[in-house]
Amino acid sequence: MKRLPRLDVTLAAALLSVLLANPAAAETPEEKGLAIAQEADRRDEGYEDSAATMQMILRNRQGEEATREIRSRALEVADDGDKSLIIFDEPKDVEGTALLTWSHKVEDDDRWLYLPALKRVKRIAGNNKSGPFMGSEFAFEDLGSQEVEKYTYQYLRDEACGDQTCFVVERYPVDKNSGYTRQVMWIDQTEYRAQKIEFYDRKKSLLKTLEFKDYAQYLDQYWRPARMDMVNHQTGKSTTLLFRDYRFRNGYSDRDFDQASLKTAR
Amino acid sequence: MTRIICGALAALPLLAAADDGTLKLTAELSSEARWYVQDAAWPEQSADEVGVSFSLLPELYYAWNRDTSVTVRPFARWDSIDDERSHLDLRELMLQHRFGNFDLRAGVGRVFWGVTESVHLVDIVNQTDLVENPDGEDKLGQPMLSLAWTTDYGSFTGYVLPYFRERTLPGPDARLRAPLPVAIDDAVYESSEEEKHVDAAVRWSLSTSLLDVGLSHFSGTARDPRFEIAPTPDGAVLVPVYDQIEQTGLDLNVVTGGWIWKLEAIHQTNCIEDFTAAAGGFEYTFSAPFGTGWDVGALAEFLWDERGSDSPSPFQRDLFVGTRIAANDVAGTELLAGAIVDTERGGAFGNIEASRRIGNGGKLVVEMRLFMDADEDDPLYFFRRDDYLQLEYIRYF
Repeated sequence: MKRLPRLDVTLAAALLSVLLANPAAAETPEEKGLAIAQEADRRDEGYEDSAATMQMILRNRQGEEATREIRSRALEVADDGDKSLIIFDEPKDVEGTALLTWSHKVEDDDRWLYLPALKRVKRIAGNNKSGPFMGSEFAFEDLGSQEVEKYTYQYLRDEACGDQTCFVVERYPVDKNSGYTRQVMWIDQTEYRAQKIEFYDRKKSLLKTLEFKDYAQYLDQYWRPARMDMVNHQTGKSTTLLFRDYRFRNGYSDRDFDQASLKTAR
Repeated sequence: MTRIICGALAALPLLAAADDGTLKLTAELSSEARWYVQDAAWPEQSADEVGVSFSLLPELYYAWNRDTSVTVRPFARWDSIDDERSHLDLRELMLQHRFGNFDLRAGVGRVFWGVTESVHLVDIVNQTDLVENPDGEDKLGQPMLSLAWTTDYGSFTGYVLPYFRERTLPGPDARLRAPLPVAIDDAVYESSEEEKHVDAAVRWSLSTSLLDVGLSHFSGTARDPRFEIAPTPDGAVLVPVYDQIEQTGLDLNVVTGGWIWKLEAIHQTNCIEDFTAAAGGFEYTFSAPFGTGWDVGALAEFLWDERGSDSPSPFQRDLFVGTRIAANDVAGTELLAGAIVDTERGGAFGNIEASRRIGNGGKLVVEMRLFMDADEDDPLYFFRRDDYLQLEYIRYF
């Protein structure tokens, strides 16, 4: 049920919560963490569908850059993960290549890749969570639909973040194929938007930090970042995602996210 | 503005009228050098060890809106060795329109059916452009009218194929051919309508989390010619014969975790025989093994043809094993390597394809094909001296 243009983003959305501030409830840290995540999710419900254009800037340790242009579309699915379609515009050798994902709350996502040179729709395994996406510092699981059920949670503390106050919540992937043991998230208390996430690898070392920037609100409800910066502390590489042309409620249906749609998605 | 860019294309003045449309003009320019490791087997074949070739594939795509688009993709190749490989084709000239639960396509285009990696038994709509590559994955544009209806029970598609394309075949100078020359311009048809016979096909396909399944039927002119030996004043030649066939096909993926189980099966009836053939196996993907960011796939398929050694296909009791590695790096480095081993006759066909992006607009592709120890009964025996290594640079515009 939610999400973003996924590939988009939204990780952010993931979080949130509310409640929290109710000492009388005597919540445990686990309950409070989950409640924050649920509130963030709740605030992002009802977006129906969205589209965005994304520029991905890959930087290596020497600072050399390579860019990719991608368009993404997402469809909110009641009681399950969202469906998403991403279409590659650059680099030119993959122009027209498209990835269709039917995400699920807990089970592996379903993925189909369209190869325009062969006009072939190829089923690909959905268990790949931790592999890099297009040579970037984002893994598939960083960009996929951020379902509440994909993690367990623990509230850690409140902390200043920029000029706001954030909840700091730790979350633990349920899926054994995740590349992470835990993630620490900073979620602002006013709008329940993810501001920062730290990713810890399977060896429990700090691997990456993701920061969300330049949020804007759409349809008076849905917050989306215009920029996300992911830094890999172990390799010195980084990836910036710049989003533009967010469009909501485009009237998409399941037909725009089926296998035939891959062939006409350009 | 569109008129200025592509004044040569007649379709364009029409397009210029639309305000909200999307126009894309792209092109691929490929330069290729293919080195044959051994001397040719037959005297008429070129003695050149290295063949050089260039190809151009421009594309015009115009979408009036989300539902209606046209794609135009002509193709041209020049080859230093084989005059037959120097050829032109219209890969695509297709109008696509989506309305409600229907997809309408009219023009010339490409349709792919199938799931296996080593062979493509079910894929039958397009003729193979065999001179392009012996793997048979390049196809000629097929004139067609198709209508697909999407329902909760899958997608139903009907195809009318009003014109037949003959297979491109290597000329006398070329490698990768049988010892006798082919009478390329003298193909024989079972149907008196010859290439104007109107073929038809239907297909049902369904995709779920667990599986992708397709069931298809084709009625019309065989895409695979059989060859008859005919005497001529200059010696014997091979004449391509195109029968009328009925072919039913099944393709199936079953997906669990990192496993994708694959099956393709066909049953064909023609004027000479009925037969069944199948290919099945799996692809298992290890994601990010050993702390790398790679995807490493292990593939195995068994290829079977009821006709056994009477089959014109070299793959009748063969085992394919291979690996696909995607480095997921900035250069998009990929490798596909495999071998198809004949379990009865011995011999093997080896294949390596690797590619890497260079800059933002180029790609380098290395391809190697090896024909190892083919038995004299094996159709691959003809290619036993045609091992090659190919380097291709593709520039994208």
